[in-house]
Amino acid sequence: MELKLIANGADTGGGCASSGCGSPGDRLAHLPEPIRARVNNHPCFSEDAHHHYARMHVAVAPACNIQCHYCNRKYDCSNESRPGVVSELLTPDQAVRKVLAVAAAIPQMTVLGIAGPGDPLANPERTLETFRQLAAKAPDIRLCVSTNGLALPGMVDALCRHNIEHVTITINCVDPDVGVKIYPWIFWNNRRVTGRKASEILIEQQQKGLEQLVARGVLVKVNSVLIPGVNDSHLHAVSRVVKAKGAFLHNVMPLIAEPEHGTVYGLMGQRGPTSEELNAIQDACAGDMVMMRHCRQCRADAVGMLGEDRGEEFRLDKIADREIDYAAAMARRAEVQAAIEANRAAQRGQTGEAFVPVASLTRRRSGGSASRSVLMAVATTGGGVIDQHFGHAREFLVFEASPSDVRYVGCRKVDLYCAGGDTCGEAESALAKTIQALEGCEAVLCSRIGFEPWGALEAAGISPNGEHAMEPIESAIAEVYREMMETETWHSRSSRVA
Amino acid sequence: MAFEIIEGCVNCWACLPLCPSEAIREARPHFLIDAGACTECEGDFAHPQCASICPIEGVILNGAGEPVNPPGSLSGIPPGRLAAVCAEIQAR
Repeated sequence: MELKLIANGADTGGGCASSGCGSPGDRLAHLPEPIRARVNNHPCFSEDAHHHYARMHVAVAPACNIQCHYCNRKYDCSNESRPGVVSELLTPDQAVRKVLAVAAAIPQMTVLGIAGPGDPLANPERTLETFRQLAAKAPDIRLCVSTNGLALPGMVDALCRHNIEHVTITINCVDPDVGVKIYPWIFWNNRRVTGRKASEILIEQQQKGLEQLVARGVLVKVNSVLIPGVNDSHLHAVSRVVKAKGAFLHNVMPLIAEPEHGTVYGLMGQRGPTSEELNAIQDACAGDMVMMRHCRQCRADAVGMLGEDRGEEFRLDKIADREIDYAAAMARRAEVQAAIEANRAAQRGQTGEAFVPVASLTRRRSGGSASRSVLMAVATTGGGVIDQHFGHAREFLVFEASPSDVRYVGCRKVDLYCAGGDTCGEAESALAKTIQALEGCEAVLCSRIGFEPWGALEAAGISPNGEHAMEPIESAIAEVYREMMETETWHSRSSRVA
Repeated sequence: MAFEIIEGCVNCWACLPLCPSEAIREARPHFLIDAGACTECEGDFAHPQCASICPIEGVILNGAGEPVNPPGSLSGIPPGRLAAVCAEIQAR
């Protein structure tokens, strides 16, 4: 008997034995075909899609109708990567120009979102005008929007008229007593409302908006910011409520709060969660709701694959003279996307053949330590393969391998410790930070790795591994896990014999 | 009497479309209110619209030159209590 270790896609029926566990991109089997098609190439709605497809945000929506303690309305911070930050505000015409330029240059860019820097629905004319033009000029791009929900109930008709099929609502609480610690005020019916009343109104509007969207067949993702001591124990309730109302996906994101951001939380010393705390809450919510764990909390003007931001390449001054033949671009985009789908199908075929005999696993389990699970980090630029040099990775994807499956559990961001040169004075401390970010991982898989970090990783108890360059992530992890468990079993037997 | 936007405004655009007198205009380094056009929303709204949505404390002055949203009024933290609240949050 054999256990299918890696199984992706609709043909597997039940179970979720791959990195897609915990994200709907790979749990498509139970979904109706039209919905499967809608998330298949949406990097923010499907964990598997984010390895292959890119997204972009256009910053056309500056105004906001609420205040959150984790947000600061001052922008122009080009080096910061977090939601709400943008470096140039665009008019709808400029935004459309930028989208067409990006779509022509990055054919795997399938999704255009409007996410701020304020609230898109508090800027209805700018947001809808951008959607209207894009729906006409670039019908091959999915349009989506992200909102705090306050103005949502009045906007659902308009969104549906513009063919918006994906909406993200940020819902941090369903209890106004929690809300008062997050939202100091909202702007409602031409006045500023503060205190508990503000949260009551906001929560009511969010829930009403969610219900209306679901009733119209729109896929809704709910984002929640995990704020330790404020809503950590409450997010389970949020997950239950939004699931009951038909939300498609829940994304619990860590609070980002540093004094230098100038947010109330940052200034007041409110801390963000550790990766362990975040994972624990995500796991707790996962019992009720499909969780998203691959979110990178990107800027409101991000461009590219989820882990990268190519916004600088497409600044207005750089695309001003670019002539774009969108009909030609659309043909090329279709070709590239067809090639991506063929590649994904091939990868599924390849990984589907990675079998491990159950008997061997069972035998090791009886040996004692072999049934434990192991965290491993992977350096990848996308495409679902291990293709990045250790020193070039700005983030590592973390997977949990166990005898029964390989599961994606999250992303760890690190400071880039080396940009090519090897004499950088900061290299040593930056490497130490990278190793700190990989805490809990027992192996790191990359395409290549330098001599110095190799030694440092080993010293920290993390096995560097460059043997699986260009291989699909999950099957490589399964292989490394198998070797690891065999070695452990051998050692434990030897020690018993001794 | 008229309102005034002063240094510290972050040009977030929230106020501009709300003004019933179209007295606010985009400008650098910050947005400006046309004192001749501003009515302080009298006759249109019970509350001055620009100051009711402005997210930045202290940057909109009323006709008397006083901040409509003084320090602490929007964050909910009176400046005198800042230290105490800091300690409370850090203890979480």
